[in-house]
Amino acid sequence: MCGIAGIIYRDGAQDLGRDMTRMLQSMKHRGPDSTGYALFGPASKPVLVRYKLADANDPRDFDFSERLQRHRGEVEARMRELGATIESVEDETDYAYRAVLSYSGDLKQLADYLEDVPGCEVLSLGHSLEIVKDLGDAETVSEQYDLADFTGTHAIGHVRMATESDVDISGAHPYWAYPFADVAVVHNGQLTNYFQWRRRLERSGHRFQSECDSEIIAVYLAEKMGEGMTLEEAMHQSLEDLDGVFTYICVTKDALGVAKDEMAAKPLVLYESDDLVALASEEIAIRAIVDHEIDTYDPYEGEVLVWQR
Amino acid sequence: MAAVGERQISYDARGLAEPNAEVPKVSEVDGAKAVFDARDLTTRQINLELRWLLYEQGVTDVTVKNPGSKHSIGVGILTRCKITFEGSLGYFGCGLIDGPEIHITGRVGWSACENMMSGVVVIEGNAGSLTGAALRGGDLVVKGRVGARSGIDQKGGTIITLGSAGSMNGFMMQRGRQVICGDVGPGLGDSMYDGIMYVGGKVKSLGIDCVEGEWTDADTEFIERKFRIYGLGSPPELQKFVCGKKLYNYDNLEPSERKLVL
Repeated sequence: MCGIAGIIYRDGAQDLGRDMTRMLQSMKHRGPDSTGYALFGPASKPVLVRYKLADANDPRDFDFSERLQRHRGEVEARMRELGATIESVEDETDYAYRAVLSYSGDLKQLADYLEDVPGCEVLSLGHSLEIVKDLGDAETVSEQYDLADFTGTHAIGHVRMATESDVDISGAHPYWAYPFADVAVVHNGQLTNYFQWRRRLERSGHRFQSECDSEIIAVYLAEKMGEGMTLEEAMHQSLEDLDGVFTYICVTKDALGVAKDEMAAKPLVLYESDDLVALASEEIAIRAIVDHEIDTYDPYEGEVLVWQR
Repeated sequence: MAAVGERQISYDARGLAEPNAEVPKVSEVDGAKAVFDARDLTTRQINLELRWLLYEQGVTDVTVKNPGSKHSIGVGILTRCKITFEGSLGYFGCGLIDGPEIHITGRVGWSACENMMSGVVVIEGNAGSLTGAALRGGDLVVKGRVGARSGIDQKGGTIITLGSAGSMNGFMMQRGRQVICGDVGPGLGDSMYDGIMYVGGKVKSLGIDCVEGEWTDADTEFIERKFRIYGLGSPPELQKFVCGKKLYNYDNLEPSERKLVL
């Protein structure tokens, strides 16, 4: 089933972590397996990298922590090797990290080189995007990654009921649109031409980190934007190219867009006011952050809506 | 609503986390009328309270404040009564009802009034997809817009929408009527067996075996009567769509079957 949510504050940064947690927690019944956030904090000059070196439910064999330490050292060495100055590395769990780098080189090269380390997956890369995802409900993940105090301008989130692939962090949303800085996607639905698109996109040089069909959307949009399309054009094109049922939300550093398939098979409720735009699979998620009576509507089939901030 | 950071049972859509919920008995009852605030009640508590009032307390007019878009509210009410929801309902609101007169001042989510048998539901706001799915009887009035597949598998009753509608309205409709004053999306009345759809706005495309019907005096009488009953003003110019009856053949047996019968 899965639940998706998105929010943009129209007048600057607010309590993004807290609000998104409330929205996602209220939709826990749509997906209790894992929860993910793509949060946009204030734009920073340094590069923010969120990466993980193991999965939450990997077996903890006897040299697990030693291996993790070795890989962690290797990742940091490779960052320096590419000319990055590491300002800080925080370990929020024993397998997921957040690094702040002074780096002016090619981001794809950085991501590729880091992911070459065994077990390493770059969850997000950019100047303001931070993707946090883990197993459990929103409150569990928020507590684990200390998101309650995260302030920012816009975000998307996802609660997952795993249907197409395993319950693990690799299969959790949001997906970063590798190799584009500051672009992420959440998706509710199933894509039926996944393998077709996966083969096509792999041939044009993209990498896939999971078996999850939703990852296609992020990489697809990255490919189209790489060809020179705007986000909105790429989303319109995706309605033609992707088969199956879907409602997905895509965010970039200054925009948030949503697209619905031509059957309108997956729900989306939209609320717009002077101070915020909130959208979610269920109205109850919007009510979790707005405490007065509100008027909402469901966008129609084949609609693409993009808000700039 | 819980305070910031306070841990609580997350929204329990299926009632599984509270199998032993009890009637909260928080209503202010005044003769045959009752009012209660649903803000801090769970889905099961709200429905138990409604049942307790309508079936055991002899109340016939209930007002529910702050339903807060919770799912599955007001379902399975099988008695004649009046219920007012001051606010919005989530998914599956007022499903499986037989008899009540329900007024919702906000909007409803997906699958509102599913399988309604009789009664009246008036929704002031918008409705989600699958509104009035498998409707058997009664009147459903949506003053806003409806999503996709309204009246899917409709078997009777009337759905009136003042706003626009999404794709595949009246999909596999078997009987009953739909009036949509605004524009409709693609695939109107796809694979319908019977029933009538009236559309005031533009039709993006007709579904398979849905054709334009011939307007009769009975249609005018029906539309005017319904608009008068619900105070909807004068009806717009409407177009009528019916089943072309090309897609199915109930009476024509396959040659092999005919041998068996004869």
